[in-house]
Amino acid sequence: MSEIKKVATRAAFGNALVKLGAERDDFVVLDADLAAATQTGMFKKAFPDRFYDCGIAEADMIGIAAGIAATGKKVVCSSFAMFAAGRAFEQIRNSVGYPHLNVIIGATHAGISVGEDGATHQCCEDIALMRTIPGMTIINPADETEAKKAVEAAFELDGPVYMRFGRLAVPVIFGEDYKFEVGKSVELKEGNDVTIIATGLMVAEALEAYELLKKEGINARVINMHTIKPLDNEAVIKAAKETGAIVTAEEHSVIGGLGGAVSELLSEEYPVPVLKLGVYDTFGHSGPAPKLLDEFGLRAVNIAEKAKKAITLK
Amino acid sequence: MDAAAKKQLELSACKVRMGIIEGVHSAKSGHPGGSLSCADILTYLYFAKMNIDPKNPKMENRDRFVLSKGHAAPALYSVLANRGYFDTELLKSLRKIGSILQGHPDMKHIPGVDMSTGSLGQGISAAVGMALSAKHFGGGFKVYTVLGDGEIEEGQVWEAAMFAANKGLSNLTAFVDYNNLQIDGTIEEVNSAAPIDKKFEAFNWHTIVIDGHDFDQIEAALTEAETLDKPVAIIAKTVKGKGVSFMENQVSWHGSAPNDEQYEQAMAELKATLETLQ
Repeated sequence: MSEIKKVATRAAFGNALVKLGAERDDFVVLDADLAAATQTGMFKKAFPDRFYDCGIAEADMIGIAAGIAATGKKVVCSSFAMFAAGRAFEQIRNSVGYPHLNVIIGATHAGISVGEDGATHQCCEDIALMRTIPGMTIINPADETEAKKAVEAAFELDGPVYMRFGRLAVPVIFGEDYKFEVGKSVELKEGNDVTIIATGLMVAEALEAYELLKKEGINARVINMHTIKPLDNEAVIKAAKETGAIVTAEEHSVIGGLGGAVSELLSEEYPVPVLKLGVYDTFGHSGPAPKLLDEFGLRAVNIAEKAKKAITLK
Repeated sequence: MDAAAKKQLELSACKVRMGIIEGVHSAKSGHPGGSLSCADILTYLYFAKMNIDPKNPKMENRDRFVLSKGHAAPALYSVLANRGYFDTELLKSLRKIGSILQGHPDMKHIPGVDMSTGSLGQGISAAVGMALSAKHFGGGFKVYTVLGDGEIEEGQVWEAAMFAANKGLSNLTAFVDYNNLQIDGTIEEVNSAAPIDKKFEAFNWHTIVIDGHDFDQIEAALTEAETLDKPVAIIAKTVKGKGVSFMENQVSWHGSAPNDEQYEQAMAELKATLETLQ
């Protein structure tokens, strides 16, 4: 494992902005005094005249982004997930979502893997909040490659995009030839006994879970659900029909996130057991991120256990 | 401004007020008080000031207007209709199912509306973003916004004010419709932001205090604003319900519609005003 290259998706976000900045000058980047942490600081360094710091005022930042977008220009704004989706929820809903403006929200430090900062900064509710806004696209990249491609893809979308990035360095699992399409999930492993639908840093764990299950003679399908909204309904229903049991895995509350989205869909379209792996209606706390992921049961071994249980419920 | 031009503006403003009453009466709900108080400001901006084209509402580098106090939508709609963006008959469809005239401004469907607003405190941030866009991308246009005196109790207004001054957004002018009444009572009774001019000054804005119903003063303030290198706040002292005798300075008319009898009386008063101007 030590040989695997690890990069935080927030770093990929920063690098992608710099690359796009070199290619086009039709957008600006906003941050709320967290540029050094969100990694928009890379863009600030490369293009100081195209970066605006709004200070510690996330609600205003979202409104400013809406105003820029309302004049027909592109804008990326960034803060921690907690303060973007959480603090500025209503600004995102009313000033960005309702008028369906082209604002890209780069939300970093999502989930409990924020680590030492603890519960006030560990946002496990953002996907749930953003999912309720009509017309919002939500992308939760799994690794560096996907994060870079997702940022580029977001620039081509019509309407608001919420992009979720992590602080923790995570394994790079996709090569440069990886094809990314918004709203189209990726089947990473074929299998018909059970389906693991994972998003974000849980995708790498799901791939490990696949190997664990294989040793026990279980063939799991692994789907990378990088876009949580719009959900790839077709792939989910197909998995339910062909494998008969689903496990969802996300670094987010089990309420309202990927698991919620999959459950909502299947309960209406093709009911099968859906077991949700995530944060169980609790706040996080301080500690090293890897230890927190162990403690909160967000590991391959936990996914494998859930998968076996899901099979018994078929 | 010469007497003829002033009379023309007064005529337009009176028609705008009639449109407000027409809309709110037809809807049987809405906000007449704060719509009537900002009617003269909006009339001046749309009839005498802004670089706009009602036949081309999306003209690229047009001046922008954001009604931060979005509940005064009846005033904005009436100004837009009277300015030629859409038929004044449409005002009667205010707040009705199927109408483009939503309870609060909707930029996606109403010609001439530059920003969707309604949740207080958010419009000014959007106006700041527009002003920043005009400077950054070279659009060169000006941005105007109208805030309520109750609205400025929202903290976001001051976040926006801080940013606008720090970034030198001299192309931004914000009016505060200072009618001294909000839903729960007078500004003083609820949670006054006074002294409003001193607050904006402390946030490094230039401030001008005027009578918000005097076109000469509105014009002079806007002319002065153009000479400055910072954002300008025009604190416009106004009368809530202005132009309809029984609505003036009555907090009860913040968010309630006139019944048929009150409607007839209001329209009769406004028609009388119109006749004296014609």
